Parts: sequence; structure tokens; C-alpha cells
Amino acid sequence: MHTKTLTQLAQGLQSGQFSSIELTKHFLDRIRKHSDLNAFITVTEELALQSALAADTRIANKQTQPLTGIPLAQKDIFCTLDVKTTCGSKMLDNFIAPYNATVVEKLNQAGAVMLGKLNMDEFAMGSSNETSYYGAVKNPWNTNTVPGGSSGGSGAAVAARLAPCATGTDTGGSIRQPAALCGITGLKPTYGRVSRYGMIAYASSLDQGGPMARSAEDAAILLQAMAGFDTKDSTSVDVPVPDYSAQLNNSLAGLKIGLPKEFFSEDLNSDMASTLQSAINEYRQLGAEIIEVSMPNLKLAIPSYYVIAPAECSANLSRFDGVRFGHRCESPVNLSDLYTRSRGEGFGKEVKRRILMGTYALSTGYYDAYYVKAQKIRRLISDDFKNALTQVDVIMGPVTPTTAFGIGEKIADPIEMYLSDIYTIAINLAGLPAISIPAGFINNLPVGLQIIGNYFTEEHLLNIAHQYQQVTDWHQQTPKGFE
Amino acid sequence: MEWETVIGLEIHAQLATQSKIFSGASTAYGAEPNTQACAVDLGLPGVLPVLNAKAVRMAVIFGMAIEAHIAPYSVFARKNYFYPDLPKGYQISQMDHPIVGKGHLDIEVDGETKRVGITRAHLEEDAGKSLHENFHGLSGIDLNRAGTPLLEIVSEPDMRSAKEAVAYMRKLHELVRYLGVCDGNMQEGSFRCDANVSVRPKGQKEFGTRAEIKNINSFKFVEKAINHEVERQIELIERGGKVVQETRLYDSVKDETRSMRSKEEANDYRYFPDPDLLPVVIDEAFKAQIKAELPELPHTKKQRFKTDYLLDEESATILTSSRPLADYFEATIKASNSEAKLCANWITGDLSAALNKAGLEITDSPVSYERFAGLLTRISDNTISGKIAKQVFEALWQSTSTADEIIEEKGLKQITDTGAIEAIIDKIIADNLGQVEQYRSGKDKVFAFFVGQVMKEMQGKASPAEVNKMLKEKLQG
Repeated sequence: MHTKTLTQLAQGLQSGQFSSIELTKHFLDRIRKHSDLNAFITVTEELALQSALAADTRIANKQTQPLTGIPLAQKDIFCTLDVKTTCGSKMLDNFIAPYNATVVEKLNQAGAVMLGKLNMDEFAMGSSNETSYYGAVKNPWNTNTVPGGSSGGSGAAVAARLAPCATGTDTGGSIRQPAALCGITGLKPTYGRVSRYGMIAYASSLDQGGPMARSAEDAAILLQAMAGFDTKDSTSVDVPVPDYSAQLNNSLAGLKIGLPKEFFSEDLNSDMASTLQSAINEYRQLGAEIIEVSMPNLKLAIPSYYVIAPAECSANLSRFDGVRFGHRCESPVNLSDLYTRSRGEGFGKEVKRRILMGTYALSTGYYDAYYVKAQKIRRLISDDFKNALTQVDVIMGPVTPTTAFGIGEKIADPIEMYLSDIYTIAINLAGLPAISIPAGFINNLPVGLQIIGNYFTEEHLLNIAHQYQQVTDWHQQTPKGFE
Repeated sequence: MEWETVIGLEIHAQLATQSKIFSGASTAYGAEPNTQACAVDLGLPGVLPVLNAKAVRMAVIFGMAIEAHIAPYSVFARKNYFYPDLPKGYQISQMDHPIVGKGHLDIEVDGETKRVGITRAHLEEDAGKSLHENFHGLSGIDLNRAGTPLLEIVSEPDMRSAKEAVAYMRKLHELVRYLGVCDGNMQEGSFRCDANVSVRPKGQKEFGTRAEIKNINSFKFVEKAINHEVERQIELIERGGKVVQETRLYDSVKDETRSMRSKEEANDYRYFPDPDLLPVVIDEAFKAQIKAELPELPHTKKQRFKTDYLLDEESATILTSSRPLADYFEATIKASNSEAKLCANWITGDLSAALNKAGLEITDSPVSYERFAGLLTRISDNTISGKIAKQVFEALWQSTSTADEIIEEKGLKQITDTGAIEAIIDKIIADNLGQVEQYRSGKDKVFAFFVGQVMKEMQGKASPAEVNKMLKEKLQG
């Protein structure tokens, strides 16, 4: 059952081939069997079986929604009513939200069965899942390597077939990078496409939730249930949600693909470059036209991001003060002690580093030099994309500079770690949608291809990804031991 | 040396919305602690603010009333500091792009009109309250107030005395209540004031170093706090000291200000645009709509009362001091056939006195304007005398009957039958021949005695004018 697509699972459920209870138990067994991957922080077995039972009743009564009875897992950044939400941090080890995130609510409404909460980098700050308070997650393709991050639990769980699909969030690459390193399909939607309500904020102007699945076809189904305007999120955008599955089979003849020369410079290692070139050749075969474009400001994306994101996070994480919820230090002697020890004990190293960077960047005397300047660069980067997207329909490039790196390899060197997101960060700064799809292997480790589209063209990205997946089988490869 | 005082005020007015500025929780005052704080007010992880359109509307109403520039584009910013009653660790406020720009307010001090500039007014959320009593050495936090919409109104340093500052504060207080954007309840903290005070030698152009006195919550205390602070600063400078820029707290019990924190200890608030909220865009159509709905302002109303109703300055000022009072006056005029002057005298006189005594606002008056108008109508058409009217008014206050019912029931109708009056006059003259002699020999004062006797005999129900006229004829023989 764990090899089936979402469509096949829905058919199997509705035709009575298997029940949701059977399906859910099957995945719960797999999660238990592969617990050494450390993909989950919380497995909600009892709740999952209750939901599955309810789903079976609805299926029997022919009252089905697209995801009725289909198991999935939530990144532990989405608040879940009555179920612990940790955000990968000791700070929230005791936190149970009295509400569901809009994404959780929508997926529940669509009939999905939640298997549990997925491991992640602490407060989504990291590119390897090693900053999690709950320990590193292992990449199923090679358990000595990282699955990427911050949605590393989501990447590993879907790649290892512990869940048919999962939610993720992407602030600088946190959906696309783990999708690439784990050989799955991950879509970061346009900023504002998916509600951020109940999704614990890292950098509010960049954070965006999205689907992580085994194929574009499955991602389309999952995104359908996640997307939409939400009155509880002022930054969600009130544009109609198209039928993502309906566009999948459109022809790509005449599609104009832009390749930014900055993405394919000598900085990109030759194995990656040749793997991506093969993928681009497939697109040429499918009738696409390849055009070189230039985006001169792309190189400024990392420095700009590492001012804006920490600045926002320094304020977003102020609410974790030990006063109302979350970790509180033992017997504080006064207010200052309560704050410093609760935060000192509750946050990990990388989170503290970013809070300090952000606080510094916003301080009097530095604000103009850092924050204001970073915002100007952000505008320039957006303009680069806008210009390029007047010449071409989509932009393609790498997702990551390398395939999955070793656990412990980069964690001591933050700059090296930050550079893992060099190809993904600019897209968040511009607020554009982008998808990562499996495009080959180097030394048995997956390589991702990134496709970047114009605002609110997710259906087009899914269509372009799906057409590739019709003529290739990279996305169908399963890591050894997880078949 | 002669010193000049320079004062600027920052007023925090809680906007009279039903729900909070960024959440749906109620803003009602006085509930059990933490019963009116939802997930957004508590700053729980993942929750997001959604701007209350009513708060924006009220800010624009205020801006138009002070003839200010309304920003077509204003931005919410985060003001970062840690405090237990500030749940998110930042306050959502406005910094570089406030919703209301430069405006002004005219005040009157000692018969002179003075224009006070208003620098800006911006929207922000109120914090919760820290409670330090009854927690056995710990502090309690009540977040009911957290997220209540505030309009912070910042004046130019245009005031030159505590008296002017109080006049400005009163005028602003009157205005926000007029506009219905703030209930003005100072005891409940709906209208609070911070004062920036400095002194400089008279004639000097540059401002002196200022001290900010925080949270002064009554007109009386504003005056006292400023006067105290001015004295302190002058004394300090004259002794050779220097005023330091700092925040001070006014202690109303000791009547003094004391230092809270110096400039060096002040927080670096690290303002930056709040990425959770979109900029507020206000177009011409919205402004035009607000303008059309803007109520008549106190100043305009006062002028109109003077012209239309021929009221004197004092009556017009009192009657327009609050919108409900002005409305009561105009409704009474419309419902009665009485003269405006009579109506004004009765409202500012007997009615106001009775309300004050009972501690009631005009909106709670037991005498509705309709019943009050009934009384004035009967005074105007001479059915009752002014003296009897006081009796009728008391009965109106106590009961729910109309003036006519009371007059009828108690038999208070003025006697206009000249025959009846004549008979009584004849009787009084016959009984008091001695006084008649005195009058006729030139003692005019005795006349009042006769009037009194007649009115007494008639239980006040005779028209005094008629009595006078007839008495004079009779006595002169």
C-alpha cells in the first residue's frame, strides 16, 4: 500500500480494496519499524486510528472528500489542537496549542488522517535537521547523511514511504532542499497562497507552507487541500485556487525555459551540472525552448536573507519568554533571571545565533546599514526575477550545490551551512513559487531540479513537473530497505 | 531670570471599538482577569494579527476633525521590548508612517484663542496590566487590556503653561467623546496623558532638555505634575545643575515627580515594519465618506448656537461641551414652543443642578427631553409661572407623568381669571388698610408686601404680571 499514489490510495479506499484503518495501521507499522530515521517527533497513533475509523464510516456512506481516509504527516511547526507542537525546540517541549493551524484544519476537513508530527530544524532554522532538539534525522538514501532541512522529517518520511505525503514549510529552501536531498517532490507556493495561521513563525515575510510528496501529481492533490485565502492571515492573498490536477497533462510545446547564467557558473560542480543538463534536455525533447537569462543580483541573496530573516525572527521569538507557555527555568529569582535562563535553556545554538544577528541588524545605528539595505537588495532581486519572467515562462536551476552531505559535516560551520541554500533563498525573497523534483542521482544520492514560476502559477509548475515525471522515473526510485 | 515653560503632550485614547485592534476579543472594561484575552492577545505561537477596520475608521474620523493630513499609506511596525504584560515581546504600533499626520486644535485660555499643533496620531495596541498586590511577592498578569486599540495623539511643543496643557487636554477629551471614538473614561484609563516638559530662559530660541512625565490620568494631576516639574527644573538650573533627559513618574500622593529611567537606560525599541500586516491604504473615496458622516464639531456647533439661538457665550459653551447635552437642548427646542434662551437657562440651571446632585449624565436624565419640553411649553404660554415650574420640574424628576398631567393633577394652573384675582386683591386691601396708607404716602416698598400676600393667597398660581398691574391700579385708588 505504501507504493501507491494518492489517486490510487483514494481508489483503493473507495472501492473497498482496503480500509483507512488498514492503511493507517500499515503506515504506523512502517513508522515504528523505521523509527531509527528519527523522522517523527510525535506519532499520534490513537488519534490516527480514530480518524481512520471515522473516515471508513464516511467512505461507507459515500461522503468522501479528496483525501478521505488518506494518512499524512504534519511538520511539527503547524499547531495541532490537543497534540504537542514543539517546532523542534526544547522551548516548546511542553506546548499543546488550543487551536489548529489553518493548514491542519483544511487537511482535516479534506478527510486526511494525521499520523503524527515530523521532525525539523529548531524553529525551522537549519538546512540539515541537525539543529532539532529531538536529534538529527537520517536520510533514507544513506543514513550517514542528512535529509536536508528544515523540513527534514518530512523529506525523510516521504522518501522512506512512512507517509504517502507530508506538509512542509519553506523560508529559504526548507521544502525544496530536503525534497532534493531525499529524492521527492516539494513545492514552495507563492507567498500568500497558503495560510500561515497557526504555523509557528520564523521569518514572517518569507515563510510559506507547501506540499511534499512523491510526485507532482500527488503534490497537486495535497496543495489543492492546503491553498486558499484565510481571513486569519492578512498576508494570505484572495485569488481563486485553480484545479491543480486539471492542468497536469497540458503540452509543454513552446514552453520557454530560462537558465540564469549565475546558476550555471563554474561554482556549480560538474556532476550536478551534467545531471541538470540531462534533465533540461528532456524538456527540450518535450518541445521546450531553452533561453539563457541573467539575474545579476542573485549573488546578494544570501547576505540579504541573513539580515531580513534573523531580524524578523528576533521579534517573532520574543514571545517565548517563559511567562505564559513553553519552557520556564527552575525557581527564577527575578524577572531578568526568568527571561535569561528560560530563553538560554530553551533555545538551541543556531536559534540564539539568529536572534542575536537579527537584534544587531535592527539596532539603532545599524538599522539603515543592514535592514534597510537588505530590503533594497530584496527589491532588486525581485526585479531580476520579474525581468527574467518577461522573457521566459519559467526559470530552471539547481536546488542545492551538492547532494546530501554527511551528518556532522557542516554543523560546526554556519556559513558553509548557509551556503546550502544558495539556489533557493532568492525565490523566497521574491515571494515566487518554485518546485523541486528528482532529476537523477550522483553516487546513489538524489539530485533535485528547481523550476521557478511567476506569481500564482503553481498549476503551471505542477504541469511542467508532471510532464517530466511522465517520461522519467527518478521520482519512482525507492531507497534500499524501504521498498 | 525669567523662565518660559515648554510643554508637549502625548495622549493615549482607547478607541471605542467593540473588539480589539488585532483580534476578535471584547474590549469591555472590568471583566475577570484574563477572560477577555484570546490566543492572539496571549501571543501564542503561530497566531496572527488581523486589523480591526473600525479602529482605522475612528483614527481617520479623528484625523479629519483636527483637519490633519490622512496618510494614503500607513504602516504598522513592531516596537520591541520585554515585559510580562506585553505578550509578544513587541507592541504593534506605527513609527515612520502614522495614519494621521499634521493637524491642529484651537484652545481658549483666559479668553484668548490659541492654536496647538498636532504632530501626528498613530494606531497601536495597548499592553496588559501587571498586578503587584495579593500575589505574595509575585506578580500577576491580566491580559484583558492587551490589544485594546489606542490612538496616540502627539502634540507639538506649543504649550507654555500647565493651564494651556490642561485646556488642550480638555479640548481633546471633549473632541474624542464628541466624535464617539473614545469614551474618555479617565478612571478606567481610556484617556491617558504623558507630558514632555522643559524650561528655557525667556527669549531663548532653543528648547531646554525635556523630561517626560508618564501616565498622568486626570486633568488635576496634569496641572499639578507639570507645575511641580517646572519648579523642579528651574530650581535645579538656578542651583547650577542640569536637567537630564529622562522619564519621570508623577506621584499624586506626595505631589512630586521622580525619575523612572534615564535616556541611557532607555530601551532600543528596534522598530521595523510588521511583516504580518499589510500597509493600510486610504483612498479619497473613503475620506469623502468619513467627511460626509463627520458630526458637527464642538467649535462649529457653539458658533451656530450663538447665531441661531442667540445664546450668550457662556450658555453656548456649556451646552456644546458634550454632544448629548447639545442634542438634548436642540431636541427640547424642537419639541416645545419655548424660547431658546428659556430652554438654555433651564438646562444649564435646574436640570444640570439636579443631574449633578444625582451624579447622572444627561443621557441618564430621568426627565426625557419630551417631558422637559412639555414643561417649557407651559412656562412660555403662561399656564404656569416660573416659580410653579420649579415645583412641576421636581414632580417630573420623581415621576413619569407629563408636565400637563402634573399641572392638572396638582391644580397648578395659573389663574388668569381677572375677576378672581380682583376679589382677592380687594380682600387684601381691606385687611391691610395701614399698609395702604403707607403706600399712598410714598413708601413704594410696601408694594412687594401686597404682591406677596396676593400670591400667597392664590398659592402662586396667579400671573405675577397680572397681579402687579391690577394691584397698582387698585392701590392708587
